Amino acid sequence: MTLLAVENLRVSFASEGGPVTAVHDVSFSVNAGEVLGIVGESGSGKTLSLLSVLGLVDKRVTTVTGRAVFRGRSLLDLPDREMRKIRGRDIALISQDPMTALTPVHTVGAQIVEQIRAHEPVSRAAARARAVELLRDVRIPAPEKALDRYPHELSGGMRQRAVIAMALSCNPALVVADEPTTALDTTVQAQVLDLLPLRQSHGSSVVLITHDMGVVAEMADRVAVMYAGRVVETGPVADVFNDPWHPYTGGLLASIPPLTGARQGRLYSIPGMPPAPGTKLPGCAYVARCPAAMAICHTPPPEQMDGAHRSLCFLDAGQRVAARQKVGAPA
Amino acid sequence: MLATVLARLMQMAFVMFGISVLVFLIFFATPGSDPAARIAGRNAAPETVEQIRHEFGFDRALPVQYGLMMKRLFITRDLTSFVNRGQKVIPQVLDAVPATLSLVAGAAVLWVLGSLFVGVVAAAMRDTVVDRGLMILSLIGISMPVFWLGEVMNLMSQSRFHDTWLFSWVPGLGYVPLSESLGGWFKALVIPWITLAVLYIGIYGRILRANLIEAYSEDYIRTARAKGLSPTRIMLRHALRTSLLPFVTMFGLDFGALVGGAALLTEVVFGLNGVGRLTFHALQNLDLPVILATVIYASFFVVAANALVDVLYAVIDPRVRK
Repeated sequence: MTLLAVENLRVSFASEGGPVTAVHDVSFSVNAGEVLGIVGESGSGKTLSLLSVLGLVDKRVTTVTGRAVFRGRSLLDLPDREMRKIRGRDIALISQDPMTALTPVHTVGAQIVEQIRAHEPVSRAAARARAVELLRDVRIPAPEKALDRYPHELSGGMRQRAVIAMALSCNPALVVADEPTTALDTTVQAQVLDLLPLRQSHGSSVVLITHDMGVVAEMADRVAVMYAGRVVETGPVADVFNDPWHPYTGGLLASIPPLTGARQGRLYSIPGMPPAPGTKLPGCAYVARCPAAMAICHTPPPEQMDGAHRSLCFLDAGQRVAARQKVGAPA
Repeated sequence: MLATVLARLMQMAFVMFGISVLVFLIFFATPGSDPAARIAGRNAAPETVEQIRHEFGFDRALPVQYGLMMKRLFITRDLTSFVNRGQKVIPQVLDAVPATLSLVAGAAVLWVLGSLFVGVVAAAMRDTVVDRGLMILSLIGISMPVFWLGEVMNLMSQSRFHDTWLFSWVPGLGYVPLSESLGGWFKALVIPWITLAVLYIGIYGRILRANLIEAYSEDYIRTARAKGLSPTRIMLRHALRTSLLPFVTMFGLDFGALVGGAALLTEVVFGLNGVGRLTFHALQNLDLPVILATVIYASFFVVAANALVDVLYAVIDPRVRK
């Protein structure tokens, strides 16, 4: 069952040189109980797409068009008042940097209680009791004490756990996790990622925004690869990892150091830089960096499809294998 | 907590000691001028100067002079002004304090409420006509000199429109003690309060708006919005609390300075016999003992207001608590 379906989402900013489109016709969907990984490098529009769907972008300078249907309701057309009821209760956000995500002048407990009481008519004491349970669920030691701590009194990992506890506080159907581990130590990253399966007990779907292919392989059921504001490839994780259709996906996978086999001379990295936002490109945005670029790539690429696996690329099956071998990606 | 407060009080006492030494040195140990002659005032007889020299101990060592001066200021409180023929200084200052305190405290209530309103409404309705209008009004408020505004207020309420329904309640210029009549005190001070507050509403409102807008770009505001909180709650509980620090800092400085005599222009325009006016007259007459007393008094309020600000910091921001 589809929980959230985003179709042809387009986000543009007003800038001095006219509107700049940062997200081009992005479509993806999240099914109930599923983890969708969205990968791409910084500035590829992955965070912006989700924030736009949640109505968390600055409306004075941003134009959002397209459709985002959540449980049969069109989110982009909802009045603010209705959207507020969905945010935090049905769709929760875990943001990137736990250092700045919590208001510094209120205790962790007060902030969790605040969210519970914003959506449910429960007493302060009941909300507090639930907050203790939530902190215990995310394995914060001595949750009763942690509740009365201020954010600056907790370590980064503990803060991110508190943010996760807060996001899960109203049993959301969908959790948007925006690079939840980027700002954390590697050892803590694994611990925090281990918390996301909590969704199973809470019954939530997760949109996991990340630039770490390893995290996607570990956590996600399906993946959408974004480049320069477009979804260039999407499909079940196994399909995309075993047979990446788009050379960009291939490049990302080739950039991961292999754990087995002969040691490589030099790790592959994708050459060049992504195009600056606002650059108008008639064809594929990856053409300047693509090892398999052809003349036809300067015209809009077609969407190829095989079941749930889709890609915006001209390459056919044979050309893909050749392109992957060029960059040393797993064939 | 108690230890912090005590430590803070000790610091305050130390700072005030330093200020009193500095002020004393400037007034009484400046090379090339005879403090006795200055205290005696212009055209004093040589015998008077000699008498003062002996009485204040200017013929003795500097630390003794300082000790004598402080004793006469704080313990015996019999420091006298020679310009005004032996009038005692301390009662003069104490008499002036209620008028100044009433003026500044009332104006402070107005300007805190007014600027909170201006800042919050302007930030909440950012880039709309309301925001621009409030910012222009604030700028006008900042630009009007307080003495000019005071005179215009007087002109309207005391003379031109005094006989209309609008200003017929306004009493004549001057201070009415609170102990005498609450209504009279209030009526006498309403217009001075507004006059003094206008400038500060403008400054504080604009600064608060800027701080709020900065706070709105912080991650925790996005978290608060993602939690589904109402805009009012986000503004008051999340944005405003964190934006209050600069506001409180400025308030401490301004309040201390105003109570210490910086409300001079307002006091003069409205005929309020406050500390500012007292200092002003003392300066005109070179009445050194009065100046000494008012400067020490003013420093006390600035130091005390700053100590209060430090306490408020800890209340507002848990990161400051240690």
